[in-house]
Amino acid sequence: MALLQIAEPGLAAAPHQHRLAVGIDLGTTNSLVAAVMSAEARVLSDEAGFALLPSVVRYDASGVKAVGSDAHAAQSADPHNTIVSVKRFMGRRLSDIRNAARQPYRFVDTPGMVSLATAAGIKTPIDVSADILRTLRMLAERALGGDLAGAVITVPAYFDDAQRQATKDAARLAGLNVLRLLNEPTAAAIAYGLDNAAQGTFAIYDLGGGTFDISILKLTRGVFEVLATNGDAALGGDDFDHAIVEWLCTLLDLDRLGAHDARLLLTLARAAKEALSGQIESRIATILSNGRAIDVSLARETFAALARELIARTMKPVKKALRDAGLTAADIDGVVMVGGSTRMPAVRDAVHELFGREPLIDLDPDQIVAMGAAMQANVLAGNKAADGEWLLLDVSPLSLGLETMGGLTEKIIPRNSTIPTARAQDFTTFKDGQTAMSLHVVQGERELVADCRSLARFTLRGIPPMVAGAARIRVTFQIDADGLLSVSAREQTSGVEAQVQIKPSYGLSDDQVAGMLQDAYGRADDDMKMRMLREAQVDARRLLDATNSALHEDGDALLQPVERLHIEAALHVLGDILETGGDDSLKALKTAAAALNEATGEFAARRMNVSVQRALAGHKLDDLAA
Amino acid sequence: MSITLTDMAANHVRKYIDRRGKGVGLRLAVKTSGCSGLAYALEFADEATPDDFSFESKGVIVFVDPKSLAFLDGTELDYVREGLNEGFKFNNPNVKDQCGCGESFQI
Repeated sequence: MALLQIAEPGLAAAPHQHRLAVGIDLGTTNSLVAAVMSAEARVLSDEAGFALLPSVVRYDASGVKAVGSDAHAAQSADPHNTIVSVKRFMGRRLSDIRNAARQPYRFVDTPGMVSLATAAGIKTPIDVSADILRTLRMLAERALGGDLAGAVITVPAYFDDAQRQATKDAARLAGLNVLRLLNEPTAAAIAYGLDNAAQGTFAIYDLGGGTFDISILKLTRGVFEVLATNGDAALGGDDFDHAIVEWLCTLLDLDRLGAHDARLLLTLARAAKEALSGQIESRIATILSNGRAIDVSLARETFAALARELIARTMKPVKKALRDAGLTAADIDGVVMVGGSTRMPAVRDAVHELFGREPLIDLDPDQIVAMGAAMQANVLAGNKAADGEWLLLDVSPLSLGLETMGGLTEKIIPRNSTIPTARAQDFTTFKDGQTAMSLHVVQGERELVADCRSLARFTLRGIPPMVAGAARIRVTFQIDADGLLSVSAREQTSGVEAQVQIKPSYGLSDDQVAGMLQDAYGRADDDMKMRMLREAQVDARRLLDATNSALHEDGDALLQPVERLHIEAALHVLGDILETGGDDSLKALKTAAAALNEATGEFAARRMNVSVQRALAGHKLDDLAA
Repeated sequence: MSITLTDMAANHVRKYIDRRGKGVGLRLAVKTSGCSGLAYALEFADEATPDDFSFESKGVIVFVDPKSLAFLDGTELDYVREGLNEGFKFNNPNVKDQCGCGESFQI
């Protein structure tokens, strides 16, 4: 007998038509799967009653040996083949990984993304994530009694295109139909917002195992709008474990640790850290592989001192996000704590101090992301009537745009735009008879393309030959609900089209994103000056081209040799400045361009007369009037 | 005529309605579809419709439309756990035959 859940009015499914949908929190340290059953979001537990699946996969020669706690337990014994915190490597290249030498893995620098050498062969982070997701999928299918129609998978708000794409690929490998990728803090807001029917402006402080995210969300009548996001993709609970191990190494004068000992100490450090959330002192005792016995006591205060710097690092992104949202800490109506690391009293104290209010901890910080994702999945699978109350808006973390003449950035989608979104802008050709246009898609806040991140290049061909400026090329940028970008260009008269799906081979680390933003603020002045110079250069070049082609066409017929020499002299002056002028040549450039304009004024007037005469020749006045 | 809930089922229904924040009770129905004729529908009820029969069992009001009631009279709604899966189960004395999966049945 199949077991039934209570459906929303009018939405009971026909037999075998159940639209089972789950939310998955694919975390750095732990992963969870949740589903809405009888209108209640519930985290699904395995046979042993555990809801948290450690995001750990152990490989042996035959393939996947264990996923979850069994793999977790084997970390110290088999460090090379037991992959933990793989989320940190998603969409990353070897060069992006900090202190790779200190990690117990054998990294392989494969194109596009780093890989790991294991007993089962080379595994990409996508493979490892897929093994975790597959375990969750099977758990969900056992718990829900049927195949899954789809899943909502959460990612940090700061995940870039490459990382989101990698997450989607992993889900597909695991046999999951991805209904949508959802930002983790947004999922947390869904869990809190709907359960508590809260309204107002909220900060979601998410300190997970390996990533830190801060999001400023505005909740009004069930509409979630993300006002701003910020964070640090390389900061999390793991770092606190490392800080304890480093403290141990200094205290006990331990030299280079082997992979086994490093893993062992990290495991003990994590246990000590977790114990300190409930007690004021914890013991770290073990015997290292060289036979040395360790027995140290770690006081909560000592740990708080170790943690101070790490916690301070979370405060910078918080302040940046507040500034982006145009708010101060006092405007925040509530702070939601997400992630197991927010159980640390030192973290809660710091957040309390910054915002001047007690953070919200009603819901289990480890579970709320999965619960929110499950609620979203339930809606997307069609199990909940859309009362118009479920509009979900996210934002793009950096501006997206195109390179224009002179190496300038034209922003099409400004940063912090709500997504999904589509924006179009019309561009035109620069030269007469131009039949192709090269489009260069860039991401960043700076005025010059060279200072932004290049995402993709593609070419629109087959533009009908026209004079410069006559073609109308509409470029459309579209970001879907998962935050993935596609760009298309279409010439309006002929209908020729080209497009590109942005799948960058490597991503942008959060340090880079933060760095790019800082650069943009710090150099706004320089950038504007540089922009004006480049624009003047583009104008000058256009003037040179136009004058040259006019001289070529009508120079002999309409100009006296003296007049022609005069124009050519002005041409040379401008050309010289254009070729050799440095960054401070803006004024000279403008003067020379004005001089050339002046010199060609009479010539232009004569050309105009001639062309009018040509147009009128052979016509009677009556014809023209008609 | 009666529809009843077991203690387990009633506890869960009350909890779910409470969490959901709205709803006046539970609606049981029988729909003509599925691999073996008839199928159960179990939904939250936000309002009674004029023709509904209603029953109260252990603090839960159960609404059943007249057509469905003919197939459901005497049913006891239970809440059970089978392995990892848990949910509601109809103990319906009218059922003569059901499909292998138990999602639909015949009278």
